Amino acid sequence: MKLGFSSADEAFRSECAGWLQEQMTGPFADIRGIPNLGDAIPRRKEWEQQLAAHRWSCIGWPSAWGGRDATLAQQVIFAEEYARAGAPNRINHIGVELAGPTILTFGSDAQKAKYLPGIAAGTQIWCQGYSEPNAGSDLANVKTRARLEGGEWIVNGQKVWTSLAHYSDMIFVVARSEEGSKGPKGISFLLMEVDQPGIEIRPIGQMNGEAEFNETFLTDARCPADSMLGAPGDGWKVAMALLAFERGVSTLGQQMQFRNELDAVIDAAQANGKARDPVIRQRLAQAEIGLRLMRYGALRMLSQGDPSAIDGAALTYKIQWATWRRNLGELAMDVLGQGAEVADGDHYAWSTLPNMYLFSRADTIYGGTNQIQRNLIAERGLGLPREPRGAQ
Amino acid sequence: MEFAFTEEQAMIADTVRAFFAENATSARTRAAMKATGADAGFDRALWHAFASELGLAGVGLPEDHGGAGLGILELALVAEAAGAHVAAMPLLGLAMVGRAIAAGGSDVQKSEWLPGLANGDVIAAAAWGEGLHASGGLLSGTLSFVPHGGAADILLVYTGDDAWLVDLRGEGVVATNHVTMDQTRPLATIVLTEVGAEPLADGTAAMAAALAAGWLCLAAEALGGAQAALDRTVAYSRERVQFGRPIGSFQAYKHRLADMMIEIEQARSAVYWAACAIDEGSDEATLALHAAKAFCADTYHMCAGNMIQLHGGIGFTWEHDAHLYFKRARSIMSMLGDSQWHREQVARLILGAVA
Repeated sequence: MKLGFSSADEAFRSECAGWLQEQMTGPFADIRGIPNLGDAIPRRKEWEQQLAAHRWSCIGWPSAWGGRDATLAQQVIFAEEYARAGAPNRINHIGVELAGPTILTFGSDAQKAKYLPGIAAGTQIWCQGYSEPNAGSDLANVKTRARLEGGEWIVNGQKVWTSLAHYSDMIFVVARSEEGSKGPKGISFLLMEVDQPGIEIRPIGQMNGEAEFNETFLTDARCPADSMLGAPGDGWKVAMALLAFERGVSTLGQQMQFRNELDAVIDAAQANGKARDPVIRQRLAQAEIGLRLMRYGALRMLSQGDPSAIDGAALTYKIQWATWRRNLGELAMDVLGQGAEVADGDHYAWSTLPNMYLFSRADTIYGGTNQIQRNLIAERGLGLPREPRGAQ
Repeated sequence: MEFAFTEEQAMIADTVRAFFAENATSARTRAAMKATGADAGFDRALWHAFASELGLAGVGLPEDHGGAGLGILELALVAEAAGAHVAAMPLLGLAMVGRAIAAGGSDVQKSEWLPGLANGDVIAAAAWGEGLHASGGLLSGTLSFVPHGGAADILLVYTGDDAWLVDLRGEGVVATNHVTMDQTRPLATIVLTEVGAEPLADGTAAMAAALAAGWLCLAAEALGGAQAALDRTVAYSRERVQFGRPIGSFQAYKHRLADMMIEIEQARSAVYWAACAIDEGSDEATLALHAAKAFCADTYHMCAGNMIQLHGGIGFTWEHDAHLYFKRARSIMSMLGDSQWHREQVARLILGAVA
């Protein structure tokens, strides 16, 4: 058991850190450290293409498709250095980390050739059509329908919480392709172009004043018959495999962002004297401990030989970081005091820490609420009986 | 990334788990709890099997002085397994005193003391020597709350700059075990009256090593105990039926067990992080130790409390083992600095001292 990375991995770290620092202090300094996912979209598309031009856009992919065949450790290191350099959140995270690996796993050669180059080049941005008004935590309850007609899939229904749909070129949609089917059976996984008459996007205003999520209405939306991953009716398997790709690699990069946020709270406490308050000191120490344990939990999770094995560190990770960040948001407000409740300008827009306080209320909801996480931990991690299902 | 057990470490973990499961049974622990005098809270047969049959008393001590070598990580694996069964034996004293002598003793002192500790023949305890009076190589004063102090043959006393070894078998020593809430690790008062004491060559290093070993040992014990509290409660929740369902199928119950697992996974990361940081000489070691002691003690207490609650009435009985875990957890919380103190040490590392 060892704490650090190998010297070969550290050499890789210097290589990517050097390049990222150079970009973020040079040509892309203007988008360094921007906080919101929806800001500076055109520049961030250029940034995606700059990453691609230097083969840093999808390093975990096979080199044949524009990647670097990077090991898990290298992907983790890149994510850490990416965040350390202050590079903005990847606008095509969903394309690179979710759609790409899923297409690599389930796609035909023709599908790979059709979809992967655009993701690798940073020219096609993807979004995720999973949740619906009545299928949030209960994703298998999707009602969006797909039928095959004249060589095309015709799709009708409504998706919700579609992050960045208004800037996306492609969307993957989970839809019911078998009339009268229920639950996970009869669901299909479709890859669709966003820019078409049958798709309408309406932004959803969030409690922090931003609008990164959308409602997506599909009204006779179309895609060619060969735009399905996996067999018709077999899409649940694909949809679940995709969620598994999300786990792990990006977490240590995300922790760099958390580190920056905690440091900002510590700086604020030292500047305004709250760092002398014994209760605040306890809470700051608790936050520091929580962040460190998050790091070593992630390293335990990523050091596992078999990434598909059910592992306690992995199962508990989501609720751990989401709760940690929500607590940090509350601590930030207690440290900052009333000043943090007044905006800097004339708009309902918030600087990093008050914005984190508000946004962290979403962290414990998206990607599986804390309550769903506890069910998963109890059922998969502890082997307890499953929740009884209501009548369908 | 290699933050996972090596094959050898996995084997040691399996071996010690099996050993304590077989030997540190509830019946034997309860027999030790009933004993009085020097044997109070001490299963001597367990100790001798641990030291001689298993040969693991020397884990984390240098091989050239009779130890088994290996690192403090392996010592933590032993403490974790012992903690899972609330084993009634003086492992804490061994860890603290053995590591203190290895770090701060002269070669002569190491040869004199370590072999007896490593083979389990000599029982050791450690104490903070507040208010102790030293004069001409003789120590006088009263030491309070010494874990397994009534059974100890030798005592490490540390005062910040100095550390002494005291042979408790000689004249001028009165050691009295108290009736202690955690009967598996009784606390003793030791009164010294002009007792000869041997100063360790490097007292500062000895004290630092003793505290590091003590904090890590307690954190690892707490991890093992918390995991056992969870495992036993999960097993119970699958058997016990109310309202026509196993109680483990109720969400209010499941979520509480899930919360235990969430904390335990972090406690596990804390123990292995702190152990590796010590073994690798990382500059994170101090922070990691304070983090591990505070986090694991709190986790254990939360899990042991839940163990009682989730067992219902049976969990409150003397007959059930839940109270052994609960009382051990409480004692770990207060021992060698409480969680608030350890968090304040973390605060000092990240914020500096209060002006």
